[in-house]
Amino acid sequence: MEFGEIVSVLLQGAVVTIKIVAMALPLAAVMAFIFGLIRLYSPAPFKQIAIFYIEFFRGTSALIQLYWIYFVLPFFGITIDAMTAAVVALGLNIGAYGTEVVRGAVQSVPKGQYEASIALNFTARQRVWRIILPQALVNMIPPFGNLAIELVKATSLVSLITIGDLTFKAKSLADTTLQVGEIFGVVLLLYFIMSQALALLFKLLEKRLSKGLGRGGIN
Amino acid sequence: MSTPIIEFKNVKKRFGDTTIFSDFNFTVEENEIVSIIGPSGSGKSTLLRILMTLEGIDGGYINVAGESLWHMHWQGQYVPANSKHLHKMRNHLGMVFQHFNLFPHMSVKRNITEAPMRVKGVSREDAEKSAEKLLNLVGLADKANSYPNDLSGGQKQRVGIARALAMKPSILLLDEITSALDPELVDEVLDVIRNLVKEDSFTMLLVTHEMYFAREISDRVCFFDKGAIVEEGKPEEIFISPKHDRTKAFLNAYLGQ
Repeated sequence: MEFGEIVSVLLQGAVVTIKIVAMALPLAAVMAFIFGLIRLYSPAPFKQIAIFYIEFFRGTSALIQLYWIYFVLPFFGITIDAMTAAVVALGLNIGAYGTEVVRGAVQSVPKGQYEASIALNFTARQRVWRIILPQALVNMIPPFGNLAIELVKATSLVSLITIGDLTFKAKSLADTTLQVGEIFGVVLLLYFIMSQALALLFKLLEKRLSKGLGRGGIN
Repeated sequence: MSTPIIEFKNVKKRFGDTTIFSDFNFTVEENEIVSIIGPSGSGKSTLLRILMTLEGIDGGYINVAGESLWHMHWQGQYVPANSKHLHKMRNHLGMVFQHFNLFPHMSVKRNITEAPMRVKGVSREDAEKSAEKLLNLVGLADKANSYPNDLSGGQKQRVGIARALAMKPSILLLDEITSALDPELVDEVLDVIRNLVKEDSFTMLLVTHEMYFAREISDRVCFFDKGAIVEEGKPEEIFISPKHDRTKAFLNAYLGQ
């Protein structure tokens, strides 16, 4: 098979991978925020639920989570297509790690900020949304960037539930052509480019958000 | 005699095994300026932090402007205050912090306007007008659009004062507001306070290590040690003819007399 053909097939797979990342990443961010804030601020029963979610998804294999959602849930009458299963499984998995990022970032905001917001008589909600979170957000961006890259790499698991992602295309090409060197070389490069693009995106985001905070180089 | 604006009655406060106040009594009259001096760890800052509701108490009562700070009436009983009651009580109080605690993600102007707008519902126009006035007062009119991290320590603290004043508190708490500053920046901050009390009457409670400033500005000076007021009186009495040995020793160490 010609090199150009190989690249074009792999690019099709890369588009599927990008789609999964583009959907799973927002889901992970939403889960991270919701459960991170529950973990930090809500009363006991909700906190326990959040801790269960976090520990469960961090403490079990992402592949098995994927299998459960795609292969096992149908036995309980819940059938979802492979793409949705992939997005849900990866989003929940990365989201569980993200909750700890949210928690750590919130706790790293100096205590004095919280005290000043009490002294100015902000309500509990205003304290969190107007004073603490805007500062915590900047601290979250670098570790979130790491998780986004983890997510890109974790998408290769979805090839095992019939999705034609980059890894899936590479394996089937390799099986038929045996040109493993070229194929997996290109695959490595494509994953690397996707990760680098995300890393750059998060760098830009960090610069934008750190305006005035005296870090991240904007002032 | 009028009712005091601040009243501590048999207040107890512990941090774990450490007792800060075992039975603390203290009053401040309206428009009185009271300086609190004393060695570190004597409970000076804790006193202010309890008033600002940053620390709770383990016993006793505190009245602010005739109402209990940490307790409220509920179904005919006296119970610990809920967040609504604390929110109401905090309207009386403002605080300036040793480490400024400005909001780094907001411009100087927004640091000052945010609370009046969000907490008191003041219109943006009015809040900005009053911020302008306050920035003039503290001599930083040209810094309205700067961010806290672009300011010197003295400038930060002046913004801190403007921010606290923007909420129009009837009681101003100053917690070692010059302790974190380089010596040459101390006076620009103290000058702001000097001007402030010249133009307006305030109830002011300040914890300070600036003995000359305390002497010059206060109506009353309290020497604190180990969670109790050892000696209090007019500045001249405390600074010129202290009666207690501990006060003498402390002042000697500080003023090098």
